[in-house]
Amino acid sequence: MVQIIVNGKSIEVEEGQTVLEACLSNGIFIPNLCFLKDREHPHASCRLCFVEIEGRPAPVPSCTVNVEDGMVIRTDTPEVKRLQKSAFKLIMSGHPCHAKTCPTEKPCTLMKIAKHLGVGLSPKPLEKLERDIPEVVDFGFMFYFPYRCVLCGRCVHVCRTQNEGKPLLTFARRGFDTMVAFFSDPGENVEAKCRSCLACINICPTAALVLKADERKTA
Amino acid sequence: MTAPEHLVTEEEEKAIKAELPEIFSRFPRERGSLIPILQAVQGRFKFLSPGAIREVAKYLDLSSSEVYGVATFYNQFRFHPPGKHEIKVCMGTACHVAGGDIILENFERKLNIKPGETTPDREYSLERVACVGCCALAPVAVVDDHVIGYMQPSKVEGLFVQFEVQREKEKREKQAKESAG
Repeated sequence: MVQIIVNGKSIEVEEGQTVLEACLSNGIFIPNLCFLKDREHPHASCRLCFVEIEGRPAPVPSCTVNVEDGMVIRTDTPEVKRLQKSAFKLIMSGHPCHAKTCPTEKPCTLMKIAKHLGVGLSPKPLEKLERDIPEVVDFGFMFYFPYRCVLCGRCVHVCRTQNEGKPLLTFARRGFDTMVAFFSDPGENVEAKCRSCLACINICPTAALVLKADERKTA
Repeated sequence: MTAPEHLVTEEEEKAIKAELPEIFSRFPRERGSLIPILQAVQGRFKFLSPGAIREVAKYLDLSSSEVYGVATFYNQFRFHPPGKHEIKVCMGTACHVAGGDIILENFERKLNIKPGETTPDREYSLERVACVGCCALAPVAVVDDHVIGYMQPSKVEGLFVQFEVQREKEKREKQAKESAG
């Protein structure tokens, strides 16, 4: 066990954890989207989990730093908030959702983050991003809604873990056109295999992946 | 986005599959060969069929979806078989400034496909390309290796009328030949 100080409060946490995990398991919320515990290397792509660590010149993504004894961490400085707010607004500029039509269990992850940061769900003053992507894609037994997707990559990762390094889900295309795609291997009973797993659907924070049978969410 | 399996017939997939082992044999069986193999396959068949993607994955012990992900990342790879007539619309700087996107949109609407796709009847395929090297003629389209400069929406219409006339002519010649023979 090591001792760290978060926002002036001393807490005892297990060694080998990331700062993000340590804070979350002690009831200190740090916004995050792409973090998954079993990932070998943190993705650090959502840019939401910034914290300030004493002795470091600039805020760092807390999912990339392991706890050390005596670490002094602040999660609520203006600089941290500023970085988190701009990252959040960039995500929201490509996620034209409305609380009213959103099919996720409310409050969804994005709403929680917005509330924590004290901002709305609109990307203002940033513009809404016009993306050349389809409204909905048929993955066979499930639907994928590219506009709901924030490309956190959790589904691609869990699919890789579930299939021993051979995922069925992948990122296709690039840049603003990036989408999650589904491509099966030959001779597989994909539907039976996937129906017994559903890890991707369960881990999606924005209900971008939805079982076809789930009518409430496919509307 | 899933690949357009409906465009490629089973016979075509079989023919492609038969030639793949020879192509694969030229490359070491390792992850690093993925892109060179994809390039070689596309070099031979002009596009990457869903079956070919699966075979490449099998050869390199990757999942098909990973191969698909890598292939879609690069603009160089096509997933639709080329059409009988290949239409390329230039999106280089000069053509862009001269309204190349309007020309592309005209083709898109006329053919009801997007760039990189082929019409279901396999007659036309549409592509956006970077500079074709004759900026003075902007906006430029290349139709079956024939450069058309100063493109205009009306020229798009004219082009398809020409194709239609040509098709009629071929049909009549064929009929004439048949009745003569």
